[in-house]
Amino acid sequence: MEHKNINLTLKVWRQQSTVSKGEFVTYQVKNISQEMSFLEMFDVLNEQLIQEDKEPIAFDHDCREGICGMCSMYIDGKPHGPWQANTTCQLHMRAFNDGDTITVEPWRAQAFPVLKDLVVDRTSFDRIIQAGGYVSVNTGNAVDGNSLPINKNDADASFAAAMCIGCGACVAACKNSSAMLFLSAKVSHLALLPQGDPERQSRVVNMVAQMDKEGFGACTNTGACEATCPKEISLSNIARLNQEYLLASFTSAE
Amino acid sequence: MTWKEVFTSSVGKKLVMSFTGIFLILFLIVHAGLNACIWANDGGTMFNAGAHFMGNNVVPRILEIGLFVGLFLHIIQGLMLEISNRSKRGTNYAVSYSKGSKWYSRSMGLLGTIILIFLVIHLSDFWLPNRAHQGFLLGEEINLYAKMQEEFSELWVVIVYVAGCLSLGYHLAHGFQSAFRTIGVHNKRYNAIFSCLGYGYAIIIPLAFIMMPISFYFHWLN
Ligand code: HEM
Ligand code: SF4
Ligand code: FES
Repeated sequence: MEHKNINLTLKVWRQQSTVSKGEFVTYQVKNISQEMSFLEMFDVLNEQLIQEDKEPIAFDHDCREGICGMCSMYIDGKPHGPWQANTTCQLHMRAFNDGDTITVEPWRAQAFPVLKDLVVDRTSFDRIIQAGGYVSVNTGNAVDGNSLPINKNDADASFAAAMCIGCGACVAACKNSSAMLFLSAKVSHLALLPQGDPERQSRVVNMVAQMDKEGFGACTNTGACEATCPKEISLSNIARLNQEYLLASFTSAE
Repeated sequence: MTWKEVFTSSVGKKLVMSFTGIFLILFLIVHAGLNACIWANDGGTMFNAGAHFMGNNVVPRILEIGLFVGLFLHIIQGLMLEISNRSKRGTNYAVSYSKGSKWYSRSMGLLGTIILIFLVIHLSDFWLPNRAHQGFLLGEEINLYAKMQEEFSELWVVIVYVAGCLSLGYHLAHGFQSAFRTIGVHNKRYNAIFSCLGYGYAIIIPLAFIMMPISFYFHWLN
């Protein structure tokens, strides 16, 4: 592939704090290598801002290798930008052309309040996970990994669900700001395994209750979440969550 | 957990949408089947006999109450969910995300509202005058076939019905599959079946309804 440098116009959301009113600010960046990642392009822009004695843009990032789920940017109308199954940190500038204007917004959901610029508070996800509670395990020596027979399809589906990195793109993409894809991944990876069985009912009930309390919307199965998820978490996990919830609510003892 | 907790949770509310939606889907099969009697081409004899049974027998009249309860629950819950879901974003995006989902799956509230407006018109065209004539009990009915002939001789009425049924078609193109996902069907093989059935239903049933006013308007019936 041809190696090129490009010039871009960026429209970036700037917001001092959760309570202040934000606005878009337009920046020009020049001579950006197409080999750069989207975040590296932001590093260049921030260097430029620091040199101009302006405040750099706050954005979240950590691993920069697509596994931590921190890099929450809503780029040109899609969480994590134009590529499929990809995080912002793994988005490369060859996805764009010379002269493009790119609009960058934070995740927008009431349950994800903006802390500053592009950084949102996603601790609501942590509280949902906490609401799931513990998983019973036997004490003593670790048992042999093969002592529990698990169907290969279930193990694969469970692993696929466990791929969720908690990035929140599903919420950002959903017209209802629903966290159901995230929640269904968390419920499914345990519901599919014998290890998750003892607490399966209380887990799904408490996690749904916490999700509602955090102020996420209700799922209407549009599929926007699945289409944007960097880890391609399947929509069918949501149906599995619904089934778990239905069974728990109709059969729970109390 | 209490029943109240179940049915006030986001998943529980969706279960109500799904149960009532599937109930309405079943009702529409009966409704379309009975109305198809107009195509017996016998001047409405068969259709009026069917309509007479539905309107003048205790059993369908009791079931009718259930239909209104289901419809009412679906409408109220649907509109409340739509309003609540819309309030969860806070600030709107400058560029909205429209790839990755079908427009009609994102417009269930709007399509439902159009269906609701259509239903009000539709019920006051046929159901209300007929029941009023019967004194809302089991009494003499009006000639519904003649009433259809009269209503559907007006072009604008036909247009309203076609628009109402098109909205229903799109509502169901998403709603049918969605309802089964909501009650927990996650097996790929079954999802494929429900998706096919859903598109089939969403085309065939509204098309059957659309052909009724059109058949009258163009005098394809005697
Ligand atoms: C009368 C006005 C109506 C309104 C206001 C309305 C509204 C809604 C809304 C807002 C939803 C939720 C959207 C979603 O979950 O994706 C919905 C779902 C649905 N509706 Fe309606 N609707 C109406 C009529 C109907 C009728 C006549 C039928 C069927 C014949 C129907 C069948 C369904 C089904 C199957 C669903 C999917 C349930 C689910 O996703 O679990 N609706 N409706
Ligand atoms: S389900 Fe996908 S989009 Fe949602 S938090 Fe997990 S990885 Fe991110
Ligand atoms: S920075 Fe870790 S996934 Fe992007």
